[in-house]
Amino acid sequence: MTSEQSATVDRQLRIDTGSAETLAGYALIGPALVLILVLFILPTGAVLAIAATDWHLGAKTLSFIGAANFTSLLADPAFRAALFNTAAYSLMVVPSTLVLGLSLALLIESGKTLRAFYRAIHFLPFMTSLAAMAIVWEMLLHPTIGLVNQVFAAVGLPTANWLRGESTVLPILAVIGTWQSLGLALVLFLAGLKAIPQDLYDAADIDGADGVLDRLRLVTLPSLAPVSLFVLIVVTLRAFAAFDIIQVLTRGGPGDASVMLLYALYRESFEYFRTGYGAAIAVVFLVIVIALATLQARVVNSRASHP
Amino acid sequence: MTLHMKILAGVVRHIILLTTGSLVLAPFIWMVSLSLKPPAELFSSSFTLLPEHWFAVENYTKALTAAPLPRFMLNGVIVCAAILLLQIIICAPAAYALAKIRFAGREVIFGMVLIGLLIPHQVLALPLLILCYWLGILNTYAALIFPFVVSPFGIFLLRQFFTSIPDDIIHAARLDGLSELSIVWRIMLPMSLPAVIAFSIVSVVSHWNDLFWPLLVVQTQDFMPPSLGIVTFANAEAGNDYGPLMAGATLVVAPLVICFFAAQRWFIDGLTAGSVK
Repeated sequence: MTSEQSATVDRQLRIDTGSAETLAGYALIGPALVLILVLFILPTGAVLAIAATDWHLGAKTLSFIGAANFTSLLADPAFRAALFNTAAYSLMVVPSTLVLGLSLALLIESGKTLRAFYRAIHFLPFMTSLAAMAIVWEMLLHPTIGLVNQVFAAVGLPTANWLRGESTVLPILAVIGTWQSLGLALVLFLAGLKAIPQDLYDAADIDGADGVLDRLRLVTLPSLAPVSLFVLIVVTLRAFAAFDIIQVLTRGGPGDASVMLLYALYRESFEYFRTGYGAAIAVVFLVIVIALATLQARVVNSRASHP
Repeated sequence: MTLHMKILAGVVRHIILLTTGSLVLAPFIWMVSLSLKPPAELFSSSFTLLPEHWFAVENYTKALTAAPLPRFMLNGVIVCAAILLLQIIICAPAAYALAKIRFAGREVIFGMVLIGLLIPHQVLALPLLILCYWLGILNTYAALIFPFVVSPFGIFLLRQFFTSIPDDIIHAARLDGLSELSIVWRIMLPMSLPAVIAFSIVSVVSHWNDLFWPLLVVQTQDFMPPSLGIVTFANAEAGNDYGPLMAGATLVVAPLVICFFAAQRWFIDGLTAGSVK
Protein backbone atom coordinates (compact mmCIF):
# COMPACT_ATOMS: atom_id res chain seq x y z
CA MET A 1 0.00 0.00 0.00
CA THR A 2 1.40 3.41 -0.92
CA SER A 3 1.35 6.10 1.71
CA GLU A 4 -1.30 8.00 -0.25
CA GLN A 5 -3.60 5.00 -0.38
CA SER A 6 -2.94 4.31 3.24
CA ALA A 7 -3.86 7.88 4.11
CA THR A 8 -7.16 7.49 2.29
CA VAL A 9 -7.92 4.24 4.03
CA ASP A 10 -6.78 5.91 7.21
CA ARG A 11 -9.42 8.58 6.78
CA GLN A 12 -12.08 5.99 6.05
CA LEU A 13 -10.98 4.02 9.04
CA ARG A 14 -10.78 6.88 11.49
CA ILE A 15 -13.83 5.03 12.71
CA ASP A 16 -16.01 7.42 10.66
CA THR A 17 -15.84 10.59 12.72
CA GLY A 18 -13.83 12.09 15.52
CA SER A 19 -16.62 11.71 18.02
CA ALA A 20 -16.95 7.99 17.34
CA GLU A 21 -13.24 7.64 17.94
CA THR A 22 -13.53 9.55 21.21
CA LEU A 23 -16.32 7.20 22.21
CA ALA A 24 -14.18 4.15 21.40
CA GLY A 25 -11.28 5.65 23.33
CA TYR A 26 -13.35 6.19 26.45
CA ALA A 27 -14.97 2.77 26.20
CA LEU A 28 -11.53 1.15 26.14
CA ILE A 29 -9.95 3.27 28.83
CA GLY A 30 -13.08 3.69 30.99
CA PRO A 31 -12.56 0.85 33.48
CA ALA A 32 -8.89 1.72 33.98
CA LEU A 33 -9.70 5.41 34.33
CA VAL A 34 -12.36 4.83 36.99
CA LEU A 35 -10.04 2.49 38.91
CA ILE A 36 -7.08 4.90 38.73
CA LEU A 37 -9.32 7.61 40.14
CA VAL A 38 -10.67 5.37 42.90
CA LEU A 39 -7.43 3.58 43.78
CA PHE A 40 -4.80 6.28 43.21
CA ILE A 41 -5.96 9.84 42.69
CA LEU A 42 -8.76 10.07 45.27
CA PRO A 43 -6.79 8.21 47.98
CA THR A 44 -3.90 10.62 47.47
CA GLY A 45 -6.31 13.51 48.04
CA ALA A 46 -7.71 11.66 51.06
CA VAL A 47 -4.25 11.25 52.62
CA LEU A 48 -3.56 14.97 52.20
CA ALA A 49 -6.94 15.78 53.78
CA ILE A 50 -6.60 13.31 56.67
CA ALA A 51 -3.13 14.67 57.41
CA ALA A 52 -4.77 17.98 58.30
CA THR A 53 -7.06 16.41 60.93
CA ASP A 54 -6.72 14.85 64.37
CA TRP A 55 -8.66 11.74 63.32
CA HIS A 56 -8.14 8.44 65.14
CA LEU A 57 -9.04 5.35 63.12
CA GLY A 58 -12.60 4.35 64.03
CA ALA A 59 -13.44 7.61 65.81
CA LYS A 60 -16.78 9.18 64.91
CA THR A 61 -15.57 12.74 65.11
CA LEU A 62 -12.57 14.63 63.87
CA SER A 63 -11.53 18.23 63.63
CA PHE A 64 -9.45 20.16 61.18
CA ILE A 65 -6.16 21.11 62.75
CA GLY A 66 -4.27 22.48 59.74
CA ALA A 67 -0.53 21.91 59.84
CA ALA A 68 -0.52 20.94 63.53
CA ASN A 69 0.35 17.31 62.74
CA PHE A 70 3.41 18.45 60.84
CA THR A 71 4.61 20.75 63.62
CA SER A 72 4.18 17.99 66.19
CA LEU A 73 6.03 15.61 63.86
CA LEU A 74 9.02 17.92 63.93
CA ALA A 75 8.95 17.99 67.72
CA ASP A 76 8.35 14.25 68.12
CA PRO A 77 11.53 12.41 69.17
CA ALA A 78 10.23 9.14 67.68
CA PHE A 79 9.67 10.76 64.28
CA ARG A 80 13.02 12.52 64.41
CA ALA A 81 14.58 9.16 65.18
CA ALA A 82 12.74 7.70 62.18
CA LEU A 83 14.05 10.43 59.88
CA PHE A 84 17.56 10.17 61.28
CA ASN A 85 17.60 6.36 61.06
CA THR A 86 16.25 6.38 57.51
CA ALA A 87 18.96 8.85 56.49
CA ALA A 88 21.70 6.93 58.32
CA TYR A 89 20.53 3.62 56.88
CA SER A 90 20.42 5.10 53.36
CA LEU A 91 23.87 6.65 53.79
CA MET A 92 25.20 3.17 54.52
CA VAL A 93 23.18 1.18 51.96
CA VAL A 94 23.49 3.52 48.98
CA PRO A 95 27.29 3.98 48.78
CA SER A 96 28.01 0.31 49.53
CA THR A 97 25.45 -0.84 46.95
CA LEU A 98 26.90 1.52 44.35
CA VAL A 99 30.54 0.67 44.97
CA LEU A 100 29.94 -3.08 45.15
CA GLY A 101 27.52 -3.05 42.21
CA LEU A 102 29.95 -1.12 40.02
CA SER A 103 33.00 -3.19 41.03
CA LEU A 104 31.19 -6.45 40.40
CA ALA A 105 29.84 -5.20 37.07
CA LEU A 106 33.36 -4.22 35.95
CA LEU A 107 34.71 -7.56 37.10
CA ILE A 108 31.98 -9.57 35.36
CA GLU A 109 32.40 -7.57 32.12
CA SER A 110 36.21 -7.94 32.23
CA GLY A 111 36.02 -11.61 31.21
CA LYS A 112 33.97 -13.61 28.78
CA THR A 113 33.23 -16.74 30.82
CA LEU A 114 30.30 -17.38 33.18
CA ARG A 115 28.92 -13.85 32.82
CA ALA A 116 25.26 -14.91 32.99
CA PHE A 117 25.94 -17.21 35.92
CA TYR A 118 27.61 -14.53 38.06
CA ARG A 119 24.94 -12.01 37.16
CA ALA A 120 22.20 -14.44 38.16
CA ILE A 121 23.59 -15.45 41.56
CA HIS A 122 24.24 -11.84 42.57
CA PHE A 123 20.75 -10.89 41.41
CA LEU A 124 18.95 -13.65 43.30
CA PRO A 125 18.27 -11.79 46.60
CA PHE A 126 16.57 -8.97 44.70
CA MET A 127 13.70 -11.21 43.61
CA THR A 128 13.15 -13.40 46.65
CA SER A 129 10.69 -12.67 49.45
CA LEU A 130 12.53 -10.31 51.80
CA ALA A 131 10.12 -11.27 54.58
CA ALA A 132 11.08 -14.95 54.29
CA MET A 133 14.77 -14.18 53.91
CA ALA A 134 14.65 -11.83 56.92
CA ILE A 135 13.72 -14.88 58.99
CA VAL A 136 16.82 -16.60 57.63
CA TRP A 137 18.94 -13.54 58.44
CA GLU A 138 17.62 -13.70 61.99
CA MET A 139 19.03 -17.22 62.18
CA LEU A 140 22.34 -16.14 60.63
CA LEU A 141 22.60 -13.39 63.24
CA HIS A 142 21.40 -15.52 66.15
CA PRO A 143 23.68 -14.66 69.11
CA THR A 144 24.59 -18.27 69.97
CA ILE A 145 23.85 -20.58 67.05
CA GLY A 146 24.08 -18.03 64.21
CA LEU A 147 26.62 -18.58 61.46
CA VAL A 148 27.90 -14.99 61.70
CA ASN A 149 28.93 -15.24 65.33
CA GLN A 150 30.33 -18.75 64.81
CA VAL A 151 32.55 -17.56 61.98
CA PHE A 152 33.54 -14.36 63.77
CA ALA A 153 34.46 -16.30 66.91
CA ALA A 154 36.47 -18.81 64.89
CA VAL A 155 38.60 -16.11 63.26
CA GLY A 156 38.89 -14.04 66.45
CA LEU A 157 36.55 -11.17 65.54
CA PRO A 158 34.19 -9.71 68.16
CA THR A 159 30.73 -11.29 68.35
CA ALA A 160 27.53 -9.46 69.26
CA ASN A 161 23.79 -9.72 69.55
CA TRP A 162 23.65 -7.76 66.33
CA LEU A 163 19.92 -7.04 66.08
CA ARG A 164 19.52 -6.12 69.75
CA GLY A 165 22.41 -3.67 70.09
CA GLU A 166 21.66 0.03 69.68
CA SER A 167 24.88 0.64 67.80
CA THR A 168 24.87 -2.52 65.68
CA VAL A 169 21.25 -2.71 64.57
CA LEU A 170 21.33 -0.08 61.80
CA PRO A 171 24.63 -1.22 60.26
CA ILE A 172 23.44 -4.82 60.22
CA LEU A 173 20.11 -3.82 58.61
CA ALA A 174 22.19 -1.88 56.08
CA VAL A 175 24.14 -5.05 55.31
CA ILE A 176 20.87 -6.85 54.61
CA GLY A 177 19.59 -3.91 52.55
CA THR A 178 22.79 -3.86 50.50
CA TRP A 179 22.61 -7.63 50.04
CA GLN A 180 19.13 -7.19 48.61
CA SER A 181 19.68 -4.18 46.33
CA LEU A 182 23.12 -5.15 45.06
CA GLY A 183 21.76 -7.22 42.17
CA LEU A 184 19.68 -4.32 40.84
CA ALA A 185 22.65 -1.93 40.86
CA LEU A 186 24.81 -4.61 39.24
CA VAL A 187 22.38 -5.19 36.38
CA LEU A 188 21.93 -1.45 35.75
CA PHE A 189 25.71 -0.94 35.68
CA LEU A 190 26.15 -3.91 33.32
CA ALA A 191 23.64 -2.30 30.95
CA GLY A 192 25.55 0.97 31.26
CA LEU A 193 28.84 -0.73 30.43
CA LYS A 194 27.37 -2.37 27.34
CA ALA A 195 26.22 1.03 26.11
CA ILE A 196 29.73 2.53 26.04
CA PRO A 197 30.73 2.76 22.36
CA GLN A 198 33.82 0.79 21.37
CA ASP A 199 35.04 3.92 19.50
CA LEU A 200 35.83 5.59 22.80
CA TYR A 201 38.16 2.74 23.78
CA ASP A 202 39.74 2.74 20.32
CA ALA A 203 40.33 6.50 20.55
CA ALA A 204 41.88 6.11 24.00
CA ASP A 205 44.04 3.33 22.58
CA ILE A 206 45.38 5.63 19.86
CA ASP A 207 46.06 8.30 22.47
CA GLY A 208 48.24 5.79 24.26
CA ALA A 209 45.85 4.99 27.09
CA ASP A 210 45.94 1.23 26.63
CA GLY A 211 46.45 0.05 30.23
CA VAL A 212 43.49 -1.39 32.12
CA LEU A 213 43.56 1.41 34.70
CA ASP A 214 43.96 4.15 32.08
CA ARG A 215 40.97 2.85 30.15
CA LEU A 216 38.97 2.69 33.39
CA ARG A 217 39.94 6.19 34.46
CA LEU A 218 39.69 7.90 31.08
CA VAL A 219 36.81 6.10 29.38
CA THR A 220 34.76 3.70 31.51
CA LEU A 221 34.13 5.71 34.67
CA PRO A 222 33.39 9.06 32.97
CA SER A 223 31.02 7.31 30.57
CA LEU A 224 29.23 5.69 33.50
CA ALA A 225 28.63 8.96 35.36
CA PRO A 226 25.02 9.43 34.20
CA VAL A 227 24.18 5.76 34.84
CA SER A 228 25.70 6.05 38.30
CA LEU A 229 23.53 9.03 39.15
CA PHE A 230 20.52 7.09 37.95
CA VAL A 231 21.43 4.01 40.04
CA LEU A 232 22.07 6.30 43.00
CA ILE A 233 18.51 7.62 42.87
CA VAL A 234 16.88 4.23 42.28
CA VAL A 235 18.76 2.65 45.20
CA THR A 236 18.04 5.65 47.45
CA LEU A 237 14.32 5.32 46.69
CA ARG A 238 14.49 1.66 47.72
CA ALA A 239 16.45 2.43 50.87
CA PHE A 240 13.90 5.06 51.93
CA ALA A 241 11.12 2.50 51.50
CA ALA A 242 12.69 -0.12 53.81
CA PHE A 243 9.97 -1.87 55.79
CA ASP A 244 9.96 -5.67 55.70
CA ILE A 245 13.29 -6.18 57.47
CA ILE A 246 12.26 -3.83 60.28
CA GLN A 247 8.85 -5.40 60.72
CA VAL A 248 10.26 -8.92 60.79
CA LEU A 249 13.59 -8.39 62.58
CA THR A 250 13.46 -5.46 64.97
CA ARG A 251 10.02 -3.79 65.14
CA GLY A 252 11.95 -0.56 65.31
CA GLY A 253 13.94 -1.65 68.37
CA PRO A 254 15.91 -1.67 70.53
CA GLY A 255 14.13 1.46 71.77
CA ASP A 256 13.62 3.46 68.60
CA ALA A 257 17.08 2.65 67.26
CA SER A 258 15.79 1.13 64.00
CA VAL A 259 12.49 2.92 63.43
CA MET A 260 12.40 4.18 59.84
CA LEU A 261 9.88 6.25 57.89
CA LEU A 262 7.59 3.52 56.61
CA TYR A 263 7.69 1.66 59.89
CA ALA A 264 6.76 4.88 61.73
CA LEU A 265 3.92 5.36 59.24
CA TYR A 266 2.73 1.80 59.85
CA ARG A 267 3.00 2.07 63.64
CA GLU A 268 1.20 5.40 63.98
CA SER A 269 -1.55 4.61 61.48
CA PHE A 270 -2.27 0.96 62.12
CA GLU A 271 -1.00 0.10 65.59
CA TYR A 272 -1.56 3.32 67.53
CA PHE A 273 -4.49 4.33 65.27
CA ARG A 274 -3.31 7.95 65.28
CA THR A 275 -4.55 8.18 61.75
CA GLY A 276 -4.16 11.91 61.12
CA TYR A 277 -0.63 11.76 62.43
CA GLY A 278 0.18 8.68 60.36
CA ALA A 279 -1.19 10.40 57.25
CA ALA A 280 1.16 13.31 57.92
CA ILE A 281 4.08 10.86 57.88
CA ALA A 282 2.73 9.47 54.61
CA VAL A 283 2.77 12.99 53.16
CA VAL A 284 6.39 13.50 54.25
CA PHE A 285 7.29 10.19 52.64
CA LEU A 286 5.43 11.12 49.45
CA VAL A 287 7.24 14.46 49.22
CA ILE A 288 10.63 12.75 49.53
CA VAL A 289 9.72 10.16 46.90
CA ILE A 290 8.44 12.81 44.47
CA ALA A 291 11.59 14.88 44.95
CA LEU A 292 13.79 11.88 44.17
CA ALA A 293 11.63 10.84 41.21
CA THR A 294 11.76 14.36 39.75
CA LEU A 295 15.52 14.24 40.02
CA GLN A 296 15.45 10.84 38.32
CA ALA A 297 13.33 12.18 35.44
CA ARG A 298 15.84 15.02 34.97
CA VAL A 299 18.73 12.58 34.85
CA VAL A 300 16.92 10.45 32.26
CA ASN A 301 16.08 13.51 30.16
CA SER A 302 19.60 14.91 30.26
CA ARG A 303 20.89 11.49 29.23
CA ALA A 304 18.47 11.48 26.33
CA SER A 305 19.49 14.94 25.12
CA HIS A 306 23.27 14.50 25.56
CA PRO A 307 23.97 10.93 24.52
CA MET B 1 49.03 -7.65 28.25
CA THR B 2 51.05 -10.81 28.09
CA LEU B 3 49.36 -14.17 27.94
CA HIS B 4 50.40 -15.01 31.49
CA MET B 5 48.91 -11.84 32.86
CA LYS B 6 45.67 -12.51 30.99
CA ILE B 7 45.38 -15.97 32.51
CA LEU B 8 46.21 -14.59 35.93
CA ALA B 9 43.60 -11.82 35.58
CA GLY B 10 41.02 -14.43 34.57
CA VAL B 11 41.79 -16.58 37.60
CA VAL B 12 41.61 -13.59 39.95
CA ARG B 13 38.27 -12.59 38.39
CA HIS B 14 36.80 -16.02 39.07
CA ILE B 15 38.17 -16.16 42.61
CA ILE B 16 36.67 -12.78 43.55
CA LEU B 17 33.32 -13.40 41.88
CA LEU B 18 32.99 -16.87 43.37
CA THR B 19 33.73 -15.41 46.81
CA THR B 20 31.22 -12.57 46.55
CA GLY B 21 28.75 -14.96 44.93
CA SER B 22 29.04 -17.38 47.85
CA LEU B 23 28.58 -14.54 50.33
CA VAL B 24 25.44 -13.42 48.50
CA LEU B 25 24.14 -16.98 48.38
CA ALA B 26 25.14 -17.76 52.00
CA PRO B 27 21.67 -17.03 53.46
CA PHE B 28 20.07 -19.36 50.91
CA ILE B 29 22.61 -22.12 51.52
CA TRP B 30 22.27 -21.72 55.31
CA MET B 31 18.48 -21.84 55.02
CA VAL B 32 18.48 -25.09 53.07
CA SER B 33 21.22 -26.55 55.27
CA LEU B 34 19.28 -25.91 58.50
CA SER B 35 16.09 -27.25 56.94
CA LEU B 36 17.81 -30.65 56.61
CA LYS B 37 19.14 -30.89 60.17
CA PRO B 38 17.69 -32.31 63.41
CA PRO B 39 17.37 -29.86 66.38
CA ALA B 40 20.40 -31.28 68.18
CA GLU B 41 22.71 -30.43 65.29
CA LEU B 42 21.49 -26.83 65.07
CA PHE B 43 22.91 -26.14 68.48
CA SER B 44 26.25 -27.85 67.98
CA SER B 45 29.08 -25.38 67.68
CA SER B 46 30.74 -27.01 64.69
CA PHE B 47 29.33 -25.85 61.41
CA THR B 48 28.69 -28.37 58.68
CA LEU B 49 26.83 -27.86 55.46
CA LEU B 50 25.17 -31.26 55.42
CA PRO B 51 23.57 -32.94 58.43
CA GLU B 52 25.06 -35.99 60.17
CA HIS B 53 21.56 -37.34 60.60
CA TRP B 54 19.18 -36.36 57.84
CA PHE B 55 16.07 -34.76 59.20
CA ALA B 56 14.66 -33.30 56.00
CA VAL B 57 11.52 -35.43 55.88
CA GLU B 58 10.61 -34.56 59.48
CA ASN B 59 11.25 -30.82 59.04
CA TYR B 60 9.40 -30.47 55.74
CA THR B 61 6.51 -32.62 56.97
CA LYS B 62 6.19 -30.44 60.03
CA ALA B 63 6.41 -27.25 57.97
CA LEU B 64 3.62 -28.53 55.76
CA THR B 65 1.38 -29.74 58.57
CA ALA B 66 2.06 -27.67 61.72
CA ALA B 67 1.44 -24.41 59.85
CA PRO B 68 -1.04 -24.10 57.02
CA LEU B 69 1.85 -23.65 54.60
CA PRO B 70 0.10 -25.31 51.64
CA ARG B 71 -2.77 -22.91 52.33
CA PHE B 72 -0.40 -19.89 52.21
CA MET B 73 1.07 -21.08 48.92
CA LEU B 74 -2.38 -21.69 47.45
CA ASN B 75 -3.46 -18.22 48.63
CA GLY B 76 -0.38 -16.81 46.93
CA VAL B 77 -1.25 -18.54 43.67
CA ILE B 78 -4.89 -17.43 43.82
CA VAL B 79 -4.09 -13.82 44.69
CA CYS B 80 -1.21 -13.43 42.21
CA ALA B 81 -3.17 -15.06 39.38
CA ALA B 82 -6.29 -12.98 40.02
CA ILE B 83 -4.30 -9.75 40.23
CA LEU B 84 -2.35 -10.45 37.04
CA LEU B 85 -5.40 -11.53 35.07
CA LEU B 86 -7.43 -8.48 36.08
CA GLN B 87 -4.48 -6.16 35.50
CA ILE B 88 -4.07 -7.38 31.94
CA ILE B 89 -7.82 -7.29 31.22
CA ILE B 90 -8.04 -3.72 32.49
CA CYS B 91 -4.67 -2.29 31.43
CA ALA B 92 -4.34 -3.63 27.88
CA PRO B 93 -7.39 -1.83 26.41
CA ALA B 94 -6.39 1.33 28.29
CA ALA B 95 -2.85 1.12 26.92
CA TYR B 96 -4.23 0.59 23.42
CA ALA B 97 -6.47 3.64 23.73
CA LEU B 98 -3.55 5.75 24.93
CA ALA B 99 -1.24 4.48 22.18
CA LYS B 100 -3.45 4.31 19.13
CA ILE B 101 -6.71 6.20 19.53
CA ARG B 102 -7.04 9.95 19.40
CA PHE B 103 -9.62 11.32 21.78
CA ALA B 104 -10.13 14.44 23.84
CA GLY B 105 -8.58 14.21 27.29
CA ARG B 106 -6.04 11.55 26.36
CA GLU B 107 -3.09 13.59 27.62
CA VAL B 108 -4.83 14.32 30.91
CA ILE B 109 -5.54 10.62 31.45
CA PHE B 110 -1.97 9.70 30.58
CA GLY B 111 -0.87 12.31 33.13
CA MET B 112 -2.95 10.51 35.75
CA VAL B 113 -1.28 7.22 34.83
CA LEU B 114 2.11 8.86 35.38
CA ILE B 115 0.98 10.22 38.75
CA GLY B 116 -0.19 6.73 39.70
CA LEU B 117 3.20 5.40 38.65
CA LEU B 118 4.91 7.83 40.98
CA ILE B 119 2.91 7.30 44.17
CA PRO B 120 4.28 4.57 46.45
CA HIS B 121 1.63 2.13 47.49
CA GLN B 122 2.33 2.55 51.21
CA VAL B 123 1.21 6.18 51.04
CA LEU B 124 -2.22 5.07 49.85
CA ALA B 125 -2.56 2.23 52.35
CA LEU B 126 -4.71 4.13 54.82
CA PRO B 127 -7.46 5.37 52.48
CA LEU B 128 -7.44 2.02 50.68
CA LEU B 129 -7.88 0.22 53.99
CA ILE B 130 -10.86 2.41 54.78
CA LEU B 131 -12.24 1.76 51.30
CA CYS B 132 -11.93 -2.00 51.83
CA TYR B 133 -13.68 -1.59 55.17
CA TRP B 134 -16.57 0.30 53.55
CA LEU B 135 -16.84 -2.36 50.89
CA GLY B 136 -16.91 -4.99 53.64
CA ILE B 137 -14.10 -6.98 52.06
CA LEU B 138 -11.48 -6.86 54.85
CA ASN B 139 -10.01 -10.28 55.57
CA THR B 140 -11.00 -11.75 52.21
CA TYR B 141 -9.17 -12.43 48.94
CA ALA B 142 -10.94 -9.39 47.52
CA ALA B 143 -9.05 -7.06 49.88
CA LEU B 144 -5.75 -8.54 48.72
CA ILE B 145 -6.66 -8.22 45.06
CA PHE B 146 -8.84 -5.14 44.60
CA PRO B 147 -6.29 -2.31 45.24
CA PHE B 148 -4.00 -3.76 42.56
CA VAL B 149 -6.41 -4.52 39.71
CA VAL B 150 -5.20 -1.51 37.78
CA SER B 151 -1.45 -1.08 37.37
CA PRO B 152 -0.14 2.28 36.12
CA PHE B 153 3.15 0.51 35.39
CA GLY B 154 1.29 -2.07 33.28
CA ILE B 155 -0.50 0.63 31.29
CA PHE B 156 2.74 2.55 30.84
CA LEU B 157 4.77 -0.46 29.69
CA LEU B 158 2.12 -1.82 27.32
CA ARG B 159 1.46 1.62 25.87
CA GLN B 160 5.15 1.93 25.02
CA PHE B 161 5.06 -1.39 23.15
CA PHE B 162 1.72 -0.72 21.46
CA THR B 163 2.97 2.64 20.17
CA SER B 164 5.72 0.91 18.23
CA ILE B 165 3.29 -1.39 16.39
CA PRO B 166 2.59 0.08 12.90
CA ASP B 167 -0.83 1.65 12.35
CA ASP B 168 -1.18 -0.24 9.07
CA ILE B 169 -1.64 -3.47 10.97
CA ILE B 170 -4.51 -1.96 12.92
CA HIS B 171 -6.09 -0.57 9.75
CA ALA B 172 -5.89 -3.97 8.09
CA ALA B 173 -7.54 -5.53 11.12
CA ARG B 174 -10.35 -2.97 11.01
CA LEU B 175 -10.85 -3.72 7.31
CA ASP B 176 -11.16 -7.36 8.27
CA GLY B 177 -13.98 -6.32 10.55
CA LEU B 178 -12.26 -6.79 13.91
CA SER B 179 -13.68 -4.77 16.76
CA GLU B 180 -11.39 -2.48 18.73
CA LEU B 181 -11.41 -4.89 21.65
CA SER B 182 -10.51 -7.87 19.50
CA ILE B 183 -7.66 -5.82 18.02
CA VAL B 184 -6.32 -5.52 21.57
CA TRP B 185 -6.60 -9.23 22.36
CA ARG B 186 -5.79 -10.77 19.00
CA ILE B 187 -3.19 -8.38 17.64
CA MET B 188 -1.70 -5.93 20.14
CA LEU B 189 -1.13 -8.32 23.06
CA PRO B 190 0.30 -11.24 21.04
CA MET B 191 2.64 -8.80 19.27
CA SER B 192 3.80 -7.39 22.61
CA LEU B 193 4.56 -10.70 24.27
CA PRO B 194 7.92 -9.54 25.70
CA ALA B 195 6.21 -6.65 27.49
CA VAL B 196 3.43 -8.92 28.74
CA ILE B 197 5.95 -11.42 30.12
CA ALA B 198 8.07 -8.70 31.74
CA PHE B 199 5.00 -7.17 33.33
CA SER B 200 3.72 -10.56 34.51
CA ILE B 201 7.01 -11.27 36.25
CA VAL B 202 7.04 -7.88 37.99
CA SER B 203 3.44 -8.33 39.08
CA VAL B 204 3.72 -11.89 40.38
CA VAL B 205 7.07 -11.37 42.11
CA SER B 206 5.95 -8.21 43.89
CA HIS B 207 2.65 -9.66 45.12
CA TRP B 208 4.09 -13.04 46.12
CA ASN B 209 6.69 -11.15 48.18
CA ASP B 210 4.50 -8.32 49.50
CA LEU B 211 4.22 -8.04 53.26
CA PHE B 212 2.95 -4.50 53.90
CA TRP B 213 -0.55 -4.66 52.42
CA PRO B 214 -1.45 -8.23 53.51
CA LEU B 215 -0.35 -7.30 57.03
CA LEU B 216 -3.02 -4.58 57.08
CA VAL B 217 -6.00 -6.36 55.59
CA VAL B 218 -5.69 -10.03 56.53
CA GLN B 219 -5.99 -11.37 60.06
CA THR B 220 -6.76 -15.04 59.64
CA GLN B 221 -4.42 -17.63 58.23
CA ASP B 222 -7.06 -18.74 55.72
CA PHE B 223 -6.24 -15.80 53.46
CA MET B 224 -2.59 -15.09 54.21
CA PRO B 225 -0.27 -15.00 51.20
CA PRO B 226 3.14 -16.73 51.55
CA SER B 227 5.25 -13.85 52.89
CA LEU B 228 2.82 -12.88 55.63
CA GLY B 229 2.15 -16.55 56.32
CA ILE B 230 5.78 -17.45 56.93
CA VAL B 231 6.27 -14.38 59.16
CA THR B 232 3.22 -15.38 61.20
CA PHE B 233 4.58 -18.93 61.38
CA ALA B 234 7.88 -17.54 62.68
CA ASN B 235 6.14 -15.45 65.34
CA ALA B 236 3.94 -18.32 66.50
CA GLU B 237 5.10 -21.11 68.80
CA ALA B 238 6.88 -22.70 65.84
CA GLY B 239 9.29 -19.76 65.99
CA ASN B 240 11.86 -21.65 68.03
CA ASP B 241 11.52 -24.80 65.99
CA TYR B 242 14.17 -23.70 63.54
CA GLY B 243 14.34 -26.76 61.29
CA PRO B 244 10.68 -26.65 60.21
CA LEU B 245 10.83 -22.84 60.06
CA MET B 246 13.74 -22.96 57.61
CA ALA B 247 11.94 -25.68 55.66
CA GLY B 248 8.92 -23.36 55.47
CA ALA B 249 11.05 -20.43 54.30
CA THR B 250 12.63 -22.67 51.66
CA LEU B 251 9.20 -23.68 50.38
CA VAL B 252 8.02 -20.05 50.22
CA VAL B 253 11.11 -18.92 48.32
CA ALA B 254 11.51 -21.98 46.08
CA PRO B 255 8.80 -21.45 43.41
CA LEU B 256 10.11 -18.07 42.28
CA VAL B 257 13.77 -19.13 42.55
CA ILE B 258 13.06 -22.12 40.31
CA CYS B 259 11.25 -19.91 37.79
CA PHE B 260 14.13 -17.43 38.00
CA PHE B 261 16.76 -19.98 37.05
CA ALA B 262 14.51 -21.32 34.29
CA ALA B 263 14.04 -17.86 32.74
CA GLN B 264 16.87 -15.73 34.12
CA ARG B 265 17.07 -13.21 31.33
CA TRP B 266 13.30 -12.50 31.42
CA PHE B 267 13.35 -12.07 35.18
CA ILE B 268 16.34 -9.78 35.26
CA ASP B 269 15.18 -7.55 32.39
CA GLY B 270 11.58 -7.46 33.63
CA LEU B 271 12.35 -6.74 37.27
CA THR B 272 14.93 -4.11 36.37
CA ALA B 273 12.39 -2.32 34.20
CA GLY B 274 9.83 -2.65 36.99
CA SER B 275 12.06 -1.09 39.60
CA VAL B 276 13.26 1.89 37.59
CA LYS B 277 9.95 2.59 35.79
